[in-house]
Amino acid sequence: MTERVYAGRPRPGNNFELYSWFFMRISGLLLILLVIGHMVIMHIINNVDVIDYDFVAARWASIGWRAYDWLLLFLALLHGANGVRVVIDDYVRRKGWKVFTVAVLYTFTFILLILGSLVIITFEPIGMGS
Amino acid sequence: MYRGGEGQLSFILHRITGVGILVFLFGHVADTFLVGFGPDLYNHAMAIYRLPVIRVLEVLLAAAVLYHALNGLRIIIIDFWPAASRYQRAMFYAVGVVFLALFIPAAITMIRPLFH
Repeated sequence: MTERVYAGRPRPGNNFELYSWFFMRISGLLLILLVIGHMVIMHIINNVDVIDYDFVAARWASIGWRAYDWLLLFLALLHGANGVRVVIDDYVRRKGWKVFTVAVLYTFTFILLILGSLVIITFEPIGMGS
Repeated sequence: MYRGGEGQLSFILHRITGVGILVFLFGHVADTFLVGFGPDLYNHAMAIYRLPVIRVLEVLLAAAVLYHALNGLRIIIIDFWPAASRYQRAMFYAVGVVFLALFIPAAITMIRPLFH
């Protein structure tokens, strides 16, 4: 009987880690579509020479693009933060440092999730058409 | 668990690109937040992305994202289809081939404006 082989970390036994394991794979699949779409639009079709305030204002005039960007923000931050949590758990051995680095990670993730959501929801263009 | 070889390399690259992308993402959400403060501040911040050094980093970011996406797909295939684990090494080379096929034209498109 050979041991089951996984390419990522093995499927965990306890509930939280099992949900986290599934979340990484499901959000990962969605992120492939969302991120590749985002990068093709922003870096291939357009590029940093044309992306400015008016570009964002025109894009966010559509509720659909706001929804797209918010889903991307939400999934990318949670997928990234959960991935780095696992990395910290593997490499930061001392208990105190582990608690500290994970606390910093969660704080940054939480603040940016709030700031990002705030700007996507509340943005109103100013000085347009002038 | 990998013990050396291509599998170990794919695993290390997945972690390095993942951490790198999250570090960039933190900064990128912060710069996008500035759009709420009007055109002057936001356009000023966006000018940083047009610096040649940053444009090279932009290509590096695209490489990290593309690798992480393709290898992530490889991980998902192996995890949900156990028989595929026998082909994990072959799939790592497949990731490499698809990576180059997509990255080279993308990188050329992204870097070309620098030479105009």
